[in-house]
Amino acid sequence: MKINKTVVIYCIFLVSALLYGFAEENPYFQISKQDVELKIPKGFPKPKYKFKNNPLTPEVFILGRKLFYDPILSKDSTTSCASCHQRIAAFGHMDHALSHGINGLIGKRNVPALQNLIWQDAFMWDGGVNHLEVQPLSPITNPLEMDESIAHVISKLQRNNFYPEDFKKAFGDTLVSSERILKSLAQFTGLMISADSRYDRFINGTDTFSASEKKGLQLFRDKCAKCHEEPLFTDNTYRNNGLKPDTALKDLGRGVITGIESDNYKFKVPGLRNIERTSPYMHDGRFRNLKEVLNFYSDPKHFNSHAAVEMFEIGPLTEQDKQNLFAFLLTLTDKTFLYDRRFIDPFMK
Amino acid sequence: MATLWVAMSFRPAKTLENSLCLFFEHYVGDRVLQMDTVTYKNELGQAYTITKFKYYISNIRLHRAGESDVAINEYYFLNEEEEPTKKISLQGLPSGIYTGIDFMIGVDSLHNCSGAQSGALDPINGMFWAWNSGYIFLKLEGSSPSSHSTGNRFEFHIGGYKPPYNCIRFVSLSFLQPLRLNGDHEVHLKTDIAEFFKDPETIDFSKISSVTDFHNAPMIADNYKDMFSVISIK
Repeated sequence: MKINKTVVIYCIFLVSALLYGFAEENPYFQISKQDVELKIPKGFPKPKYKFKNNPLTPEVFILGRKLFYDPILSKDSTTSCASCHQRIAAFGHMDHALSHGINGLIGKRNVPALQNLIWQDAFMWDGGVNHLEVQPLSPITNPLEMDESIAHVISKLQRNNFYPEDFKKAFGDTLVSSERILKSLAQFTGLMISADSRYDRFINGTDTFSASEKKGLQLFRDKCAKCHEEPLFTDNTYRNNGLKPDTALKDLGRGVITGIESDNYKFKVPGLRNIERTSPYMHDGRFRNLKEVLNFYSDPKHFNSHAAVEMFEIGPLTEQDKQNLFAFLLTLTDKTFLYDRRFIDPFMK
Repeated sequence: MATLWVAMSFRPAKTLENSLCLFFEHYVGDRVLQMDTVTYKNELGQAYTITKFKYYISNIRLHRAGESDVAINEYYFLNEEEEPTKKISLQGLPSGIYTGIDFMIGVDSLHNCSGAQSGALDPINGMFWAWNSGYIFLKLEGSSPSSHSTGNRFEFHIGGYKPPYNCIRFVSLSFLQPLRLNGDHEVHLKTDIAEFFKDPETIDFSKISSVTDFHNAPMIADNYKDMFSVISIK
């Protein structure tokens, strides 16, 4: 009996070890050299961030992926980047109008989707962040978000049982530094490239559009594309899109950054890729669905008195126009990107 | 480790074994700065104490008589609380007759837009604005009974590299007498915090006790750009 018991325990141990080993080796989570190759999609401009001084490697990318999904970056280790940047929502925050931080705190703006970031020269709704690498400092240190200091993040990672080894694999030694944290996150987020939607395939001639989608594209080009410029669906500028300022949030937008009065109430023109997944909409998440968005843009009487001139070139939109635009916007959903295994939470393995 | 860029059309066959050590000595008027304990008075007679004083020095250029300038492409983060940071050691200088020094207070626009950086420019130093990317060039904090802020505190975090709120300031100082560099030498510089609060703008703590973004920042930078002077050369 005694021997049997030992054998049973041994077998359990063996099976667990095998399972663990399998999980470790699960190819689903492995990142190859090819996985981190930067491929500029056909028709896309030259990227602004070129991974100069931050050469792409599987190990650095894997470290960035782990940090992105690890709540250790927040003050009370409850909130990770991925808490608000959900893969299923093109790394936006599904169904949340405003960002959520530690201790149930609510931020002032809607979580932007993370995609095609290397074509942006500034980040955040107000463009306050001037480089992809320093972007994570903002949510990490924001008292309404992760409320943590970078110095404390470093000491937590240094004391962690696994991270020093991860840093060694990525950078050659176990030193944990802000530069390494930021560069690995830049590799992970910088490779979030969406360029294989039905729209892209239609443009490349490998897919077809319905009549409604075609009309929607034409309407979009006539009325929206001046700001939401193809193929990134943003011209990376800041504009007042006519929204009446929220009296509770009192958000001056771009003006907070530049201190220039005429920049008040301007916000970054967001890219529209995967828009089907990134509700709610606008910098303050005030519109729950695309119908509300299209209704707003369809009539200048909704606009504030400082709306950008382009806003007045949109409307009026008929119900049929809105339906066609809606059909077109759904073609921007990129399942290749949304289900890309490279971006899956590594803690799931 | 200072990287030397010797901007000259010809390279003299002289050994680069000389050094120049810059000592930044912090004063308030004619008194050596004592943080926390000693009370000073501004132009309006308002009492104040200093609790924090840190700043960046960069883009150092040394002038030589009849020869090209020596440029040092390095950033230095000086902190009153850490004595060694107030000493900038410039090694491997070419010999010659040195007549003066230029430097920048702060961080140039390129280094404000260069992403993740290490050393003096590591954001761990608490001199980086995360929400509006860029370095704080100079931090001065303290308290004054005249300040209406919480705890009668005042805090001045001055930075910003974009017009019209550019706070980058240049300092140009002549040595009192030309220094023939031959071996190891020292230049002692005075950093006078009293200048921070006056000329051209007298700071009234009851009106201004906090500058932590572009508001009023260029005005303060104009005040403190004159805070440096040469005390002695050895």
